[in-house]
Amino acid sequence: MTGVAATFEARAHGAAKFEANAATRDASWVRFLVLSIGLSYFLIFLLLPLIAVFAEAFRKGTEAYFAALVEPDALSAIRLTLLAAAISVPLNLIFGLAAAWAIAKFEFPGKNFLITLIDLPFSVSPVVAGLIYVLVFGRQGWLGGWLGEHDIRIIFAVPGIVLATIFVTFPFIARELIPLMQAQGREEEEAAVSLGSGGFQTFWRVTLPNIKWALLYGVILCNARAMGEFGAVSVVSGHIRGETNTMPLHVEILYNEYQFSAAFAVASLLALLALVTLVLKTYVEWRARRSAQEGREQ
Amino acid sequence: MARNIKKRVLPGFGPSLGFTLIYLSLIVLIPLSAVFLKTSTMTPHDFWQAVASPRVVASYKLTFGASLLAACLNAVFGLLLAWGLTRYTFPGRKIVDALIDLPFALPTAVAGIALTAIYAKNGWIGSFLEPHGIDIAFRPAGVLVALIFIGLPFVVRTVQPVLEDLEVEFEEAAASLGANRWQSFQRVVFPTLLPALLTGFALAFARAVGEYGSVIFIAGNIPMVSEITPLIIITKLEQFDYRGATAVAAVMLVISFVMLLVINVLQAWNARRYGRNV
Repeated sequence: MTGVAATFEARAHGAAKFEANAATRDASWVRFLVLSIGLSYFLIFLLLPLIAVFAEAFRKGTEAYFAALVEPDALSAIRLTLLAAAISVPLNLIFGLAAAWAIAKFEFPGKNFLITLIDLPFSVSPVVAGLIYVLVFGRQGWLGGWLGEHDIRIIFAVPGIVLATIFVTFPFIARELIPLMQAQGREEEEAAVSLGSGGFQTFWRVTLPNIKWALLYGVILCNARAMGEFGAVSVVSGHIRGETNTMPLHVEILYNEYQFSAAFAVASLLALLALVTLVLKTYVEWRARRSAQEGREQ
Repeated sequence: MARNIKKRVLPGFGPSLGFTLIYLSLIVLIPLSAVFLKTSTMTPHDFWQAVASPRVVASYKLTFGASLLAACLNAVFGLLLAWGLTRYTFPGRKIVDALIDLPFALPTAVAGIALTAIYAKNGWIGSFLEPHGIDIAFRPAGVLVALIFIGLPFVVRTVQPVLEDLEVEFEEAAASLGANRWQSFQRVVFPTLLPALLTGFALAFARAVGEYGSVIFIAGNIPMVSEITPLIIITKLEQFDYRGATAVAAVMLVISFVMLLVINVLQAWNARRYGRNV
């Protein structure tokens, strides 16, 4: 969960520095032991599951694999997952920018408390995240009667899925932007405004170029979570095939019906998304580090 | 006049803070308060029945026990991994480093079915363990495996930046005063790492307590044996026992708030020590 802002300076040095120095160099048997234990742990708990997804997905051959992906229920799950991400990521992006602007550029009481509240959804169990919307919008919930009268469905329908997704991805972009914009201060924006630049222009020309990598980093992580969320969405979905199933829920249904290869085929798409996420994330970290170094050299 | 201009020279304070507060209230605060308002309509007796029945208590023991154990294992092995990644050069280091974040990116349901496939009796690791009488999938041990998976990056990613930033001079000084590598690690490096390690441990633990997706596939979900607390909430909801589900959710929320507080204190300690937030 370390933010891109916090890491970009640190990674620059590399391990070679420590190996070259007699005072920080470990004996070769220590090195061997640490690496073999650490990497075995990594292999057993992290790498094998990833490989297993693809191995299981192709167990019945490529034909069965692609058949599982183009099946109507799978396609509708893919569509719903894309829709939920397409709504929740931009909303949380706008929120992240607004929150970071207010917190980083102005002084007001209760700021630290506000930052803690923004982080709150991270510490709430996904199941509880789903439950709270059932309590508000469900048939027996606060607004249940009114919604029923007007024939509006939120729980066991698409709006509930979108709401639950927004909740679990709520802090992702804000928490990348807030520390970075706080560290950058407000001198540059103040200079732009005092030279006659308007508010929007200042944001577009001055702030945005300074935060673009952190912003992208937050969007990438937010999107990965939005597409992959299971617990919260599971509570509000109602599991109606072809209607309220997202990709992770579709994986669960197939799995529980013992259609293992099909379940892993859909799962492999999500694993692919995870790999793409990690590649993009590594690239953004590298770019952010480079632009931070350039900034220092200037 | 000059001071006034300096103070509020930037536009947009009202709209940005206003939007932040409204969005936060609508999405997070008001819905969360529903849990406590609903719970407050229950009689103390009903509440106690819901949150302290033997089946629910058994789920707390499993959830907290497995989360604690997973966080401890991750603290030890995560530290080793972070050390290996920052101190040694080896082929494939960058790939391993990037893949550490896999649990953040891989949907939990996918992790759940993949771990089950590996640790089931006919799986890659399960078939290897079965002759020795060790069963993992569909047992409490399966819960532990899933919680290890989702918690590992929290430890590595909080410890790693501190290790990378550690000034070489401290260890050089220790060496010049005659300390061997182990003494230098124990007396100089480890105390510096401790706040970050504890923060990573607390983050991994907090995440594990609420985890649902990766656990339910591998746990077997046998009441009193391998049923986690988030699943109890789901089960109660499916039986239309909204009050019972909400009461258990209230207990979990209070625990989340306490964990959030602990993590904030640890991070403040960490930040004081390194002058930045990890």
